[in-house]
Amino acid sequence: MAKAFARPLIYLILVILGVLFLVPVYVMLVTSLKPFDEVSIATMWKPPAHIDFAGYAEAFSKLAPNFMNTIYLVVPATLLSALLGSLNGYVLSKWKFKGSDWVFTAILFGMFIPYQSILIPLLQFIRNIGLYNSIPGLILVHVVYGLPITTLMFRNFYANIPDSLVESAQIDGAGFVGIYRHIIMPLSITGFVVVAIWQFTNIWNEFLFAVTITSSAQQPIMVALQNLAGSQVVEWNVQMAGALLAALPTLLVYILLGKYFIRGLLAGSVKG
Amino acid sequence: MFKRLGMFAIAVLVLAAVLAGCSNSKSSGSGGSSSEKGKLEIFSWWTAGGEADGLKALIDDFHKKYPDIKIENEAVAGGAGSNAKAVLATRMQGGDPPSTFQVHGGAELLTWVKAGKMEALDSLYKKNGWDGKFPKDLIDMVSYNGKIYAVPVDIHRGNVLWYNKKIFEDNGLEPPKTFDDFFKVADKLKAKGITPLAIGDKDVWESTMVFENILLAKLGPDKYRQLWTGEVPFDDPAVKEAADIFKKMLNYVNADHSSLAWQDATQLVADGKAAMNIMGDWAKGYFTSKGLKYDQDYGAVVTPETDGMFMVITDTFGLPKGVSKPDQVKKFLTELGSVDGQDAFNPKKGSIPARTDTDVSKYDDYSKKAMEDFKSNSLTPSLAHGSAAPESFLTKVNQAVNIFVTQKNVANFIQALKDASSQLKQ
Amino acid sequence: MLEREALETAEVTPAIKTKKRKRAGLSKDRWLAFLFLLPSIILLAIFVYGFISWTAYVSVSRWHSLLPDFTFAGLANYQALFHNFRFQADLRNTLFFSVFFIVLVVLLGQMLAIFIDQRLKAESLFRNIFLFPMALSFVVTGVVWRWILNPETGVNLLLKDFGIHPKWYTDTSIVPSWHIGQIDFGLPVALIAVVIAAVWQMTGFSLAMYLAGLRAIPEDVREAARIDGASEFQIYRKIILPQLKPITYSVVIIMAHISLKIFDLIYAMTGPGANYVTDMPGVFMFETTFRGNDYAQGAAIAIIMLIMVAVFIIPYLISSRKGES
Repeated sequence: MAKAFARPLIYLILVILGVLFLVPVYVMLVTSLKPFDEVSIATMWKPPAHIDFAGYAEAFSKLAPNFMNTIYLVVPATLLSALLGSLNGYVLSKWKFKGSDWVFTAILFGMFIPYQSILIPLLQFIRNIGLYNSIPGLILVHVVYGLPITTLMFRNFYANIPDSLVESAQIDGAGFVGIYRHIIMPLSITGFVVVAIWQFTNIWNEFLFAVTITSSAQQPIMVALQNLAGSQVVEWNVQMAGALLAALPTLLVYILLGKYFIRGLLAGSVKG
Repeated sequence: MFKRLGMFAIAVLVLAAVLAGCSNSKSSGSGGSSSEKGKLEIFSWWTAGGEADGLKALIDDFHKKYPDIKIENEAVAGGAGSNAKAVLATRMQGGDPPSTFQVHGGAELLTWVKAGKMEALDSLYKKNGWDGKFPKDLIDMVSYNGKIYAVPVDIHRGNVLWYNKKIFEDNGLEPPKTFDDFFKVADKLKAKGITPLAIGDKDVWESTMVFENILLAKLGPDKYRQLWTGEVPFDDPAVKEAADIFKKMLNYVNADHSSLAWQDATQLVADGKAAMNIMGDWAKGYFTSKGLKYDQDYGAVVTPETDGMFMVITDTFGLPKGVSKPDQVKKFLTELGSVDGQDAFNPKKGSIPARTDTDVSKYDDYSKKAMEDFKSNSLTPSLAHGSAAPESFLTKVNQAVNIFVTQKNVANFIQALKDASSQLKQ
Repeated sequence: MLEREALETAEVTPAIKTKKRKRAGLSKDRWLAFLFLLPSIILLAIFVYGFISWTAYVSVSRWHSLLPDFTFAGLANYQALFHNFRFQADLRNTLFFSVFFIVLVVLLGQMLAIFIDQRLKAESLFRNIFLFPMALSFVVTGVVWRWILNPETGVNLLLKDFGIHPKWYTDTSIVPSWHIGQIDFGLPVALIAVVIAAVWQMTGFSLAMYLAGLRAIPEDVREAARIDGASEFQIYRKIILPQLKPITYSVVIIMAHISLKIFDLIYAMTGPGANYVTDMPGVFMFETTFRGNDYAQGAAIAIIMLIMVAVFIIPYLISSRKGES
């Protein structure tokens, strides 16, 4: 066991930093529990005079209809982009062909484009293929722009699986699909968890695509969260309550799968 | 073991594909563009609070008259309408306009008109006998080449000075009528340790509003309007005088102005931390939401030296070309322009009606006074809200203002405005 | 457990070259592999490269209003940009923001990871506290940080007792302030506030990466060093930290692309800031295109952002390719 540092000191530093990290959460929590006329920048630190759940009630009633939209969006988009990323990673690490490294580089570059710059052609494209204002349209967009990072993560993940495993399977007569199903896939569970967490969080919190591609009844929760604010009066108690509610699923994912996340990172993008 | 896990993963993915397929088939029934849906889409950035309530009241009233027309309330929030405008722009360019959309009267509307994207509404005005029901200055703001292109729904006033009544009473002060008054009052307040003027210009346009108010005061309504047509140049002495006053004013504002949104600045006045605030009369809605009362807790006068002038911010709706059921849209526009419609919407939003013949008793005391002024005053378009000049020019003015507020260099400021104004004559 | 073994073998056995694998049936599989990759290639060719080309095309056009106008304008839009005060300020801000943001995320993430790696009792608690901000959307955290770092009402109320009164993001000073072009070059003090918010949000990610990296180093490596008489501090400095280099590399790249693209946080937290001390190209691009309706100019900003990213990313991609072969 490493005992590099005096434990009490480590605990002290971690506790101090932990408290500092929780300060914004405190502000959100306190604000969300106030009635609106009590909310102002000047009294942001004060705990509420009486705890008031009106903010939560309103946020919940307004966000609930969009919650399911986000579920319909996030689940398929996450799984599809993970599946495609995994296949790509498999091909690019175990079935290299001439120029495959260049293909990988070209795929990866897609990760870095500022999305505002492709918004207009994207919208026209989505409309032309008849997917405007639909969840499938949004799924398509998230799957496509998720491909670079999922491909990257899986490719690096699979680079750590020894080629000898693939070789011996080939000797046993397994083909491309068979090797994927019987050897690669079972080894990629942690890889899938990492990619899924990453994609889940990103897609859940994404706003720009959501607001341009969908409207009214099709909108995901993050757009609805923004819609809680009017153009003139912003009820911060409702906003903060909404933000905390909207963050619950991602938070839950982190707490439940946090261990896998780290374990998967270890086998995955770490080797970037 | 691994095989089973693998199978499990495949099962999950298949499920995902099925789910995706499900939601696909579901939305292909209701989704797609407006032309397929045959619904009346009303596009706005009214998503919450009084404005959303007002819109709902309006839609309800319309629904009573035309129960067969299906309405889709498409409100896009965020950034004081900037998200909505982004979505609108992309939709218009993609040839899929919403049935009707919220747009500020004046330059913002005219950009769409000049782009050939809007239908003229003269026949609708004639059919409904609307001639003379709206002030002429206002109709000018929604007209191009002698044709009318939109129906104004609401009016907000941009030249209002809000003040904390208690501070003014405690210090024996009167709300300023001239800029000399203003600086006298401000000096006294400053000596007492009270911030004289609250500004929250995190989003820059708030400062631009203050400046346009001073411009209006110093140029008068006619020259102010000519500024935006290029007839009065920006190196006019009156513009320089306005810039000098603006600069002086900046000595009396809260130090953290660039960190605050306008609501926060209004809150400073509400809390008695600052005495005055120059803001559009949507600030009234904010005071009300915080439980403050007009003429008791806070007062409102026109900004100094703009008596008899009314800086107009108006939301209007028009008929885009190429919508599937223009007749339905016209019915809705008729509702918007009717006394019933305007009286359903405006009291809830806290604005005043664009028509001058509506039921005054439905409005609060502040609005009653504003409605009177609206009838008699000279109406001028607001620059900060895209009514006076195209957005591309406004973007440059905002940039100049933002730099000026920090650097306080009048000569550079005037030069930047002049450079930007080359665009106006296009 | 198996992946740990797999990992270790991978490090020992050099990757088997594809050449060795020329056997019957393979070429069919090779084609199959390519076929599986094809949909992704097509999608990205359209969604990334097609759309970028379109943007590049717009950036040399005269589309300055809502009406598209594709007449060729040469590099006029780019020239206008480099003579623009705001854009010069944006470039300066991006530079300083990126450097501070990346360095802090790397250092803080590394430090926290080393601490948490000491097999603490409350490990998962701490880990979750630091990961939590990642679960929130920038749009909301921006507002919270705007409040907290408000010089009148925020954290300064507490700092007052210590006699410090920073102006945070309302500070318009620039240190050291060399006059270059139209702007003062130096660190805009206001950016520190934005850096704090961004670091708060993204440290969890680098912590997780480093923690993963630390766990990947087998305990016997440390044990061996200990037997050789190295102190714990030396073990970290001489053995552990060098092994974390590839992770630092990945973290830097991922953070760099976040910082170059940053938009939501700035938009919600400070806006462009007085004198554009907190403005970023992403914000400028959005406002130019969607508020100012100047599509050509907006596209030019986007292309420059892309070039800035490319400057970072292409050497990275090339070097990581080299590292493998």
